[in-house]
Amino acid sequence: MTTVLRPHHSTGSDTVSFARQTWAGLRVLLVLTVVLGLVYPLAVTGVSQLLFRWQADGSLVSASGEHATSADDSVGSLLIGQSFDGPQWFHSRPSAAGDGYDTLASAGSNLGPLNPDLVATIVERRAAVATEEGVDPEDVPADALTASASGLDPDISPAYAELQVARIARERAISDEDLRTLVASATVGRDLGVLGEPRVNVLRLNLALETLGS
Amino acid sequence: MSATWIAVGQIGIVVLVLAAAHRPLGDHMFRVMTSTRHLAVERVGYRVMRVDPDAEQKWSTYLLSLLGFSLASVLLLFGLGRLQDRLPLDIGMAPLDPAGAWNTAVSFVTNTNWQWYSGEAAIGHLMQMAGLAVQNFLSAAVGLAVVAALARGFARSGTDGRVGNFWADLVRGTVRILLPLAFVAALVLVAGGVIQNLHAPTEITTLAGGTQAVLGGPVASQEAIKQLGTNGGGFFNANSAHPFENPTPWTNALAVVLMLLIPFTLPRMFGRMVGDRRQGWAILAAMSTLWVAAVGLLTWAEMAGPGLAPAAAGGAMEGKEVRFGEAASALFAASTTMTSTGAVNSMHDSLTAQGGGVALLGMLLGEVSPGGVGSGLVGMVVLIIVAVFLAGLMVGRTPEYLGKKIGRQEITLVALYVLTMPAVVLLGSALAISTPAGLAGQLQGGPHGLSEIVYAFASAGNNNGSAFGGLTSGTPFYNTLLGLAMLIGRFVPIALVLALAGRFAHQRTTPEGAGTLPTHTPLFVGLLVTVTLVVVGLTFVPVLSLGPVVESLS
Repeated sequence: MTTVLRPHHSTGSDTVSFARQTWAGLRVLLVLTVVLGLVYPLAVTGVSQLLFRWQADGSLVSASGEHATSADDSVGSLLIGQSFDGPQWFHSRPSAAGDGYDTLASAGSNLGPLNPDLVATIVERRAAVATEEGVDPEDVPADALTASASGLDPDISPAYAELQVARIARERAISDEDLRTLVASATVGRDLGVLGEPRVNVLRLNLALETLGS
Repeated sequence: MSATWIAVGQIGIVVLVLAAAHRPLGDHMFRVMTSTRHLAVERVGYRVMRVDPDAEQKWSTYLLSLLGFSLASVLLLFGLGRLQDRLPLDIGMAPLDPAGAWNTAVSFVTNTNWQWYSGEAAIGHLMQMAGLAVQNFLSAAVGLAVVAALARGFARSGTDGRVGNFWADLVRGTVRILLPLAFVAALVLVAGGVIQNLHAPTEITTLAGGTQAVLGGPVASQEAIKQLGTNGGGFFNANSAHPFENPTPWTNALAVVLMLLIPFTLPRMFGRMVGDRRQGWAILAAMSTLWVAAVGLLTWAEMAGPGLAPAAAGGAMEGKEVRFGEAASALFAASTTMTSTGAVNSMHDSLTAQGGGVALLGMLLGEVSPGGVGSGLVGMVVLIIVAVFLAGLMVGRTPEYLGKKIGRQEITLVALYVLTMPAVVLLGSALAISTPAGLAGQLQGGPHGLSEIVYAFASAGNNNGSAFGGLTSGTPFYNTLLGLAMLIGRFVPIALVLALAGRFAHQRTTPEGAGTLPTHTPLFVGLLVTVTLVVVGLTFVPVLSLGPVVESLS
């Protein structure tokens, strides 16, 4: 004799087989898949496209630095880093995503803290950056020497931006002061004063550079 | 403000938000799991699904429903992976190979979200949203259901061992707890820059004249439940380090809050369900102690930056994003491994030896601080029973918890629960380091290579899903073996704990007497934390010594 906890409910299901439970599970799963796998993401998509269209589509910008409405009219996303190799650009960080900033292969190097290859690479990068910028190797900040987690880091530290000012001023024949104003306007502090780190968006900075030059 | 105080402020904001949500959300979850009424939409659902949400199930039937549901989930996900190229929104992705599809199906159904593939190169939009994101909800709802069943076991006295109805628990957890929170969180994330569209990749010309693909996808809707359900499977390979998943420091803080929210709130629900809120506070205190210690240690390690590479670079920024820096990466890394989330906003393979060791230890603690949705609280209750049993042995009292006597059979179930995960982790790692197929996966040799392998099995056995990403795990060897590890690490403990719930529901509750060991005092919380550390310490010290400890000392 079993004790029925809620007397108005039947309790005859204790001996049902695993196969019957799996069949029931499949029915439940299919209904929930429609709700959670189609209705929910499409509802979020609909509301997002209505309220935050620019963000939902990837924070794209055009060559003039304005918000772009489609990828075809854009030079990229403000959130995704790009390669800027020429001496006239503010450089991005080293990237382990494909051949560098490949969005189809986001990745870090995954090299451990004692890895000799990583140490050698960092030493090489320090020398190369110091030579290019004409500074003391000791002054090169860590973010200029290390690959980011995503390989798509859109930012550099304010220190690395400052380090590049003299070279770009020379290359573009702009005054150091104008350039520093530009860097300051592309610099963002910590959220709420304590979250994350201060940073400079490289694409935003280089876009401003192009606008200034024209 | 010094860097240390800024790091403390960052942790403080997360703690404040969690503290503010504790009572209201805990009370809401209590009402959801004890209510006898169904929402209109749920009633319609039950009719379509043809299940009876009011039939109280014995623990064994509850378990069969749970296993049947999970089997159906694995089969559907396996099918979606194998056939994704023939379904809409595939954006040109090829079908997954059988071992890969098996691994992914098991991975998402077990709340692990271990990923051997790179999302942007392997998974189409339909598989992401109708396959993977669905299991992000449902595997978390299964975790909630198990906690509810266990709490009912304690609350009931002298019954025939009925612990609730799995279908009702599953549907309510989904519809009334996870879905509304995820919907709001998803929209907030979009406002912060997380993408939400159905576009295929579009090639563009960059400012410097190169080419780059602009990616699309329903990312925010998945990101929200990925954190809230302590799942952790990234839409993209770089997971929460990817700017389209986690664009700003505040979305990062939100992600940390979301992954900790339900695990830290469940003690409130549990306390109320067993009719003694003090028990919930005690569990919360033990969980918080361990979490704070791990966050502190990991933050210290990453900010100090010991090791050759961080020293050469002048900071531990390899595998970290500038917008997060060392402190926000450490907070995330500790939280993702102390819950069963496994999302990463920095590459754990590149953490300092000490930091990586704390992340590994966080998983090996069995993820009870606060652990995954459901699984964390269940693991803590199991450790409480171990602590009560030990205390009972020391003073010669009959051990009991919440009025339930811990007899021979109860402690047998508990012992098996405690042994399952270490067995999976250690046997799996041993097999991998003694076979060529296992060794071939290492990116780096020596102690760090061992850490890569142990981390993988710790992650799979604990249903975490984070990785030392250097390990090449997309091989039939690792896909099959890690799939098995995830399956055993998930369902054997669930079966044992439901059996325990059934026995407790059957047992008559003993009134509290003069000889009862109080389990809500600071003294007991201290004992519980010690037991947690000792159980893990004795099990894993040898392997930790050969991996992260050797690395820290060299």
